[in-house]
Amino acid sequence: MEKELYASVIPCSARPLVFDSEKCVGCNRCVNICQVDILLPNPEKGKTPIVAYPGECYYCGSCVMVCRQEGAIRLQHPLMNQARFVPVKRPSAEA
Amino acid sequence: MQNLKWPYENEFGQEEIVTSEILVLGGGLAGCYAAIAAARRGKSVVLVEKGATERSGSAGSGFDHWESACTNPCSQVSAQEIAEAYVNEQDGYSNGIGHYIECQEGYDRLLDMESFGGKIRDTEDEFAGAEFRDDETKLMFAYDYQNKFTLRVWGSTFKPALYKELLRLGVKVYDRTEATALMVEETNGRRRGIGATGMNVRTGKFLIFRAKETILAMSRPARIWLFHPDLVGLCEFRPMQSIGSGHAMGYRAGVAFTMMEKSVKAEFSSAGRSFPPYGTGNNHNTWYAATMVDARGVEIPYVNRDGVELKTVSERYYPAPGQKFFLKGGVIDNPKYEYRGPETLDFAELMRRGYQLPFYADLSRMPEMERKVIWGVMVGEEGKTKIPILKNYTERGFDPTQHMLQSYGNGWQSADFLPQERQLFGAPGGIITDWDLKTNIDGIYAAGDQLYASDCCGYACATGYYAGRKAAKAAEDVEYGEIDRAFCDAEKARLYHPMEVENGMDWRELNMAISKAMQNYCGGVKCRDLLNQGLELLEQYEREAVPQVGASNPHELMRAHEVFDILTVAKLILQACLLRESSSEPLCFSRSDFPEMDPPKDDCFITIRLDASGQVVRGTVPKGYFGDLKEEYEKRNADYVDGDARYRRG
Repeated sequence: MEKELYASVIPCSARPLVFDSEKCVGCNRCVNICQVDILLPNPEKGKTPIVAYPGECYYCGSCVMVCRQEGAIRLQHPLMNQARFVPVKRPSAEA
Repeated sequence: MQNLKWPYENEFGQEEIVTSEILVLGGGLAGCYAAIAAARRGKSVVLVEKGATERSGSAGSGFDHWESACTNPCSQVSAQEIAEAYVNEQDGYSNGIGHYIECQEGYDRLLDMESFGGKIRDTEDEFAGAEFRDDETKLMFAYDYQNKFTLRVWGSTFKPALYKELLRLGVKVYDRTEATALMVEETNGRRRGIGATGMNVRTGKFLIFRAKETILAMSRPARIWLFHPDLVGLCEFRPMQSIGSGHAMGYRAGVAFTMMEKSVKAEFSSAGRSFPPYGTGNNHNTWYAATMVDARGVEIPYVNRDGVELKTVSERYYPAPGQKFFLKGGVIDNPKYEYRGPETLDFAELMRRGYQLPFYADLSRMPEMERKVIWGVMVGEEGKTKIPILKNYTERGFDPTQHMLQSYGNGWQSADFLPQERQLFGAPGGIITDWDLKTNIDGIYAAGDQLYASDCCGYACATGYYAGRKAAKAAEDVEYGEIDRAFCDAEKARLYHPMEVENGMDWRELNMAISKAMQNYCGGVKCRDLLNQGLELLEQYEREAVPQVGASNPHELMRAHEVFDILTVAKLILQACLLRESSSEPLCFSRSDFPEMDPPKDDCFITIRLDASGQVVRGTVPKGYFGDLKEEYEKRNADYVDGDARYRRG
């Protein structure tokens, strides 16, 4: 096939992965572990991967687990999916 | 939107022929174990995986429970007891063969896992002295502490360990390669599987895999009723790309399925109503038996099957007086009295008694060991919890000794769905096999989630290994088939077509249309006219919409292929629904034109397959067709009982 292949970043309403470009060394281990294949290696060697298909993220965290640079990738659930927690409460006498 | 040059090679039009005695399709737990079993028996093995085998599959990032390990040294139950209980629990609509294999061989697979480097016991003595731990073997148990047949395991260590073992055994792993069609030849009216076709999802290269025996070890279908074009990755419970391509290619090739009419009201879709699995306050599965409290901080009582209120946390983990064991886990929702374990009071009863919403899980009130094993091992090792839940909640400040985590939805689930929002959950339909896990087509086997009524990881590992060793044996007596060039060319043309479409339809548009159609025509209540109209609509999509779908690189092309497979599976489901002309409680199947529930005439498995001309063929198989589980198993597996241990390491 002669056709030139290209990719576009397909944005979605969430930001599942946030890279810290100071910490990321662009080793692409996360690119190659992602079973959904949502990341693309940066065309510039050593730079942060591109989250090309954020809407396809399955939020498994394998990218974070495989990363050797602590804090280089942050995985975050969409705001609506951040469950609430509160300080423990002991019942009052009348309850 | 930013345009990038595609970073991988362009190999469209290139072709590679790969030959191996055993071909495994799917690199999750079932596929990895199938490959290991065959490789141990000296066979050449190729494993094809769409993602990256090191973390692919439903348990890629972890799992916390290994159910039904009845042969572990602490178990107080037999494989037969538990396998039969699973069959009875589902009113006979269960896979006795698969469950018996799981119960009998599951623990052997765990020992294998340990030898590969996976963690299956508390080697660091972190939980020494805990009630759920056997201090001699250091094994840790969940649910029923008396009978000790479900193990707590460190599943996040498993897939990387399996992957290493595959490479060590010389299995040729084709990652980033989607399997797309089964190759079948016909001699004297008998069909035989001779391999499969595939495509590299980064380069577009077309692959032909020739094999003597093929094992289907891919996922169960998903994204049939539930779809969210924005957060596709969150619209189902299992991984985004696990959508049932193995079912689709099996169906097209003539493989027989059963129970495909069964679907349940959805339980999880965190693209919409649900929260991330295991990420909210609850007391099921991973969180069993967490202490629950209401909005006032009043503790919610646990009761045993007789309604007797339990006084201590410990009592939640023991059978009721007079009960031998209880069942909990993946497919156990509302167990029969016989198998019902301790549970919090019924939601309606709690409302009557004045308990106030919202409810919370409050681990601070539990004994330290129970708290630490739920928040730290179970939440941490299960599915997608290590990073997204344990790490992230901790970073957000959650401390299980000081905070309680909110529960959502009506009762304990984190959502409540509509009847037409359905899912293949809770022991769904799938491929029906013989005792060798061979399908109705020679040379094609099935394992894990592709089998009907599959449940957990132990089931996947045990049936995978079993299929692998049966296939290895069968491969000794057959020759390679001849590649059908015309078939391969047609398949290649089908796969590549979206690349030739200019300004085509996005795959999401088609998926959305299919899901909406399924909600409209195959919802909570079904009838013949509705199902037929649904089929007509899907056939129209096949004729008119499929050719319009476009893709600009191999990744998008893979997504398009997935939706084509979803369309095939949706048709399979509609057709299966038409074949059962009655309603059924255990199959969660309701027909307004045949409202009679479970009449004797339909008290059987109904099977569905396509014949060579593509016509639907209905079959029936009596419940209990697998015979006495122990007897039938032992008849066929004397070689395993005596001889498999020699393959083990360590």
